[in-house]
Amino acid sequence: MAPTGKLLIANRGEIAVRIIRAAQELGLGTVQAHSKADADSLAVRLADEAVDIGPPMAAKSYLKIEAILEAARATGASAVHPGYGFLAENAGFADAVEAAGLAWIGPSGAAIRLMGDKVAARGAAQAAGVPVVPGSDGHVASLDAARPVVARTGFPVMIKAAAGGGGRGIRIVRDEAEFERLLPQASAEALAAFGDGGLYIEKLVERARHVEVQILGDGDRVVHLYERECSLQRRRQKVWEEAPSPALPPDVRAALCASAVALAAAVNYRGAGTLEYLYDDTSRAFYFIEMNTRIQVEHPVTEMVTGLDLVREQIRVCLGAKLRWRQEDIALRGHAIEVRLNAEDPAADFRPHPGTITGLRTPGGPGVRFDTMLYAGYTVPPFYDSLLGKLIVWDEDRTTAIARLRRALGELEIEGVPTTKALHLALAADPEVAAGRFDTTWLERWLETNAARLGVVKEAVG
Amino acid sequence: MATEIVSPLPGTFYRRSAPGEPAYKNEGDAVAEGDVIGLIEVMKSFHEVKATASGTIKAFLVDNEDAVMAGQPIAELD
Repeated sequence: MAPTGKLLIANRGEIAVRIIRAAQELGLGTVQAHSKADADSLAVRLADEAVDIGPPMAAKSYLKIEAILEAARATGASAVHPGYGFLAENAGFADAVEAAGLAWIGPSGAAIRLMGDKVAARGAAQAAGVPVVPGSDGHVASLDAARPVVARTGFPVMIKAAAGGGGRGIRIVRDEAEFERLLPQASAEALAAFGDGGLYIEKLVERARHVEVQILGDGDRVVHLYERECSLQRRRQKVWEEAPSPALPPDVRAALCASAVALAAAVNYRGAGTLEYLYDDTSRAFYFIEMNTRIQVEHPVTEMVTGLDLVREQIRVCLGAKLRWRQEDIALRGHAIEVRLNAEDPAADFRPHPGTITGLRTPGGPGVRFDTMLYAGYTVPPFYDSLLGKLIVWDEDRTTAIARLRRALGELEIEGVPTTKALHLALAADPEVAAGRFDTTWLERWLETNAARLGVVKEAVG
Repeated sequence: MATEIVSPLPGTFYRRSAPGEPAYKNEGDAVAEGDVIGLIEVMKSFHEVKATASGTIKAFLVDNEDAVMAGQPIAELD
């Protein structure tokens, strides 16, 4: 049965454009909720209707639940798609959308809450038989409680403040003497900084790769769409993503993907979701770290290697349809790579730089896709993230995909703002990247020696 | 002679390092060259605005959380 109704997009940028495209193909009406800074955006131009939800600052528009619900009421929307970022993983927003009688394009508020809580998510993973990073199962606050944990995990370990987050309050400890000295200190500091002296202890998986499994559920049944590898990161931001991972042997891939399905099925997952893992390619062990309960930036590489439309299917199942695919219908074919073009100058410590796009030449040809919100004359506002677009290529294998990426990057011209194109051209020509020999710390080490030669063409910068 | 401190970047201007923290500087405060007087948030990254001369802050010319353009005067020094 074809879905009906009107979808309100509570997001902006390239993902808003991506969602509008999926909704239009499904025959749904589209309403773009936008801040004053985005009145001229491509999403506003493409949607059937647009509603101003407030000032440029995200806290006063894209994060303002009442303004978004009011926009839905005023336009008669029947469903809300949150995209990624902003309110996409806000359980209270999911609940409020459903309480207003609208369909929420995402998992239930309860599933978001469960997976958003570090301890609860880890417990759910263990209960589903999914390997987690060895460590304490809850908070520890004393040396006596912590000693048996490190006896089990071995060194090195990370001591993390339970109330910390985003990398704050983390210490790496390499031996027992250091552990005995630093644990009480870490607890006292956590108490002073966060008002909570509780700590977690986690084994440090060194030289790990970041792999993640795409899943899709309809509330009853869950399928996976294989994995992506996103090890090339700068300051924990993914820069280059690919599918499949160049590092996984077929038996590990099968076990990894089965574990993701088991965990998602255990929480009756509905919609698109991603389970993130660390992978140690010397021991071939994988460890669940967290689940993202939304569509992700890098979803197109999965679409390219499976031939399936994730956003369209996400909308369909969240409007009540059952999954149309059995696991055996989903095949992996060829190799896909996505690179993120950001309005940043890679030669100047990636300083972001908003501005007006004075010229644009988009790449084309076989196996090339460019997801963007840019058009010539568009002014990139300073208020949001620096993502301008994602260049995605597909080819028969990884080597030909990298060659195609180089070719497509050569065709791409974005004038008026600096971009990270030079970084991607250098990565696409790098022998270590070609060999797939990297981990999550590789790019930052590579940049220490190579950033200086990533100069942008200065005369093109406004 | 009055001097103006201008924003080095376009973005959103903040008077304090985090909500709930005291303002870096208030009107009437003395500043030395290089003192941080605020932050500019541009594309989710934060950059300090530093005094380009020494003096006393006569007035802030933009409010906390206002959008500013590159080169726009932010504060006036005496």
